[in-house]
Amino acid sequence: MSLIIGLLVILIISALMVIFSTRLLMSAISLAVTSIIVTLLMFKLNSPLAAVFELSICAGLITVIFITTISFVKPVTEEELIITLKKRLKKYIALPVILVIVGLVTSFLLKPMVLALPPVLQETNVANTLWNLRQVDILGQAIILLVGVFGIVVLFREGQNK
Amino acid sequence: MLALFVLAPLAIVVILNILRFDFIKKIACWFGVVATLAQVGFVLFVPMEKLASKSVSFAKYFAFNLTVDSLSKLMLLTIGIVVFAAILIGQFTYSDDTKRFNFLNLMMLALAGMNGIVMVSDIFSLYVFIEIVAVASFILISTYKDKLALESTFKYIVLSIGATVFIMLSIAIFMLLSGSTSFASISSMSKSYAGSPLIIIAVCLFISGTFTKGGLVPFHGWLPDAHSSAPSSISILLSGVVIKVTGIYPLIRILNLTGGGGETVKDILLVIGALSIVVGALASLGQNDMKRMLAFSSVSQMGYIVLSLGTGTALGIAGAVFHILNHAIFKSQLFANAAAVEKQAGTRDMNKLGGLASRMPLTGGTSIVAMLSISGIPPLSGFWSKLLIILALWQSAHYTYAFIAVVASVITLAYFLMLQRKVFFGKLAEGLENIKEAKAGLVLPAIILALLTIFIGIFFPVIYNKLILPIQSILK
Repeated sequence: MSLIIGLLVILIISALMVIFSTRLLMSAISLAVTSIIVTLLMFKLNSPLAAVFELSICAGLITVIFITTISFVKPVTEEELIITLKKRLKKYIALPVILVIVGLVTSFLLKPMVLALPPVLQETNVANTLWNLRQVDILGQAIILLVGVFGIVVLFREGQNK
Repeated sequence: MLALFVLAPLAIVVILNILRFDFIKKIACWFGVVATLAQVGFVLFVPMEKLASKSVSFAKYFAFNLTVDSLSKLMLLTIGIVVFAAILIGQFTYSDDTKRFNFLNLMMLALAGMNGIVMVSDIFSLYVFIEIVAVASFILISTYKDKLALESTFKYIVLSIGATVFIMLSIAIFMLLSGSTSFASISSMSKSYAGSPLIIIAVCLFISGTFTKGGLVPFHGWLPDAHSSAPSSISILLSGVVIKVTGIYPLIRILNLTGGGGETVKDILLVIGALSIVVGALASLGQNDMKRMLAFSSVSQMGYIVLSLGTGTALGIAGAVFHILNHAIFKSQLFANAAAVEKQAGTRDMNKLGGLASRMPLTGGTSIVAMLSISGIPPLSGFWSKLLIILALWQSAHYTYAFIAVVASVITLAYFLMLQRKVFFGKLAEGLENIKEAKAGLVLPAIILALLTIFIGIFFPVIYNKLILPIQSILK
C-alpha cells in the first residue's frame, strides 16, 4: 500500500511538471515519467497487459514522436521562459493544493462505501484479448489512425501543395 | 452482417484511395451518397433481426459483437439521412477536387464511427467510437484553416478532453463495480447496487461528458464557434447528427442501463435541459450571423431533448427520441438553406441580406417549412415531438418546466421570424440585384428534407407506431 501511495505522489509531481515546465522537452520527458509510473501502478494492480501497452506506446512511441516534433520547433529565449513561468505559477499555484484537497475529500467520502466487488476478468492471452474480447476496439483504433492520416493530409499537405 | 454498417464506409475509403485518379476524385462524393442511401434503405426496408442473423462469408473472422435494437435503428436512419444531405451539399460547395475528396474520406470515417456508436454493446467500445467521430470532427471543422476555424477547433478539442476525462472516470467506476464494461453486466450490476452513491457519481460523470459533446449549457462554449466557422456541409453533420450521436445517444443508453440513475440525475437533466433551452433561445435572438443563430438554436433544441429525458417516463423518452429525428432533419435543412444563401450572396451577415425569397424561391420556401417545424407549428414534425415533450412534462407534474418549454417555443418562433424577415422578406438588399436561385445540387437536399418534415408531420401516427413506439420496449 505504501509503495502505491509513494508512486501516486510521484505521479502527481510529474503530472504537475508537465503543465508547469516552460520547456517543451522537459514537459515531454515528464509525461514519459508519468506514463512509467502508471505502468508500475498497473503491474502492481495485476494488469500486466495494460502495463505493457502503457509502457511501449505512451512512454515509448508517443515520447519519441513528441521529442522528434520538438526538435523542429524554434526554442524560446531565457527571458521569455521566465515571463511564461511567472505567469503560469501565478495562474495555477492553487492547482496542487486543490488536487490534494479533492483527493482527501474523495477518499474520506468513499471510505464508508465498502462494496463486495466482483473480480475483473483476468485474461493473460494477448491474442485472445485483442482478437476475441476487444476486436471491435481494435477496429475502432484502426479507424482513428486512418482519421489521423487524413487529418495530416488535410491540415498540412493541402497547404504545402499550394 | 451488421458489421457492414461500419465496414462498408471503411471499404469505400480504402477503395477510393487505391484508385486515387483525378476522375475518381471528381465523383467520390457520389460513392458516399449511394452508401448513405443504402443505409437508409436497409434500415427502412430490411428487418434488423434478419440483418443481425444473416452471416456473410468473411464474418467468421470478425466477432464485433454489434447489436441493433429499435433505438439504434432510429439512430442509424437519422445518421443516414443527415450524412446523405451533408455529402450532397459538400459535393456542390467544395470547388477544389482534392478538398472534396478528403472531405468525403473523413465523412465516411465519421459515418463508420457514428454507426459504431449506435451498435456497440460495450461502454468502452462506445467511448472508442465517440473518439473517432470527435477526431474526424476536429479535422473537418478546421478544413479552411482560417483563424476562427482553428480557434474554434482548439476550443472544441480542449472541452472534448474534459468530456473524455469525465467519461473515462465513469467507465472506470462501472468497471470497478461490475467487473466488466459490457452493457449487460452494467445493467445487472445497477440492479444489485441500486441507489448506491458510487453509481450516481458514475452516472453524473458520464452525463457531464455527454453534455459537453452535446453542447448543453454550461458546456456549450465550443458549439456556436465550431458550427458557424465550419464549412456548411460540416455544420449540417455537426448540428444534424454529431451532437446527438456523441451527446444524447450515449446519455439515453447509460440512463437506460442504470435505471435512470435516480432522482438526483433526473433533477440535473431537467435543470440543464431548461437552462439550455432558455440560454440557447435568448442567445439566438442576438445573432446577426445566420449560421451562428442556427448553432445557438441547436443548443436550445438539445435542451428540449434533455428536458424530456429528465421526466424519466416512457412518453418523455419517446418525445426526446422523436425530437432527435425531427431536429436532425429540419436543422440540416436550415444549414442547407444557409449554405445556398452564402454561396449565392457571398455573406451570412443577416444585416447585409434581404428580399431573397423573390430571387431564391426554393431556398426561401423550404426554409419556411423548417422554421415552422422547429417552432412547433402544426401539423409539421416539430409540433408532434414538442407536444410529446410538453405532455410528458405535464404528466410527470413538472409544470414549471412545461411552461418554460412552451414560452421558449414562442421565442424560437420569434428569432426564426426575425431570420426570415432579415434574409428572405422585405426589400432586396443592395448589391444583390443579380442574385439567382442556387444550383440544383444545393437546393435538392433542402427540398428532400423539407418534404420529409412535412411527411413525418402528416403521417405522424404511422411514424410513431413504426419507429418510436418500439423504443419503449427496450426501456427498463
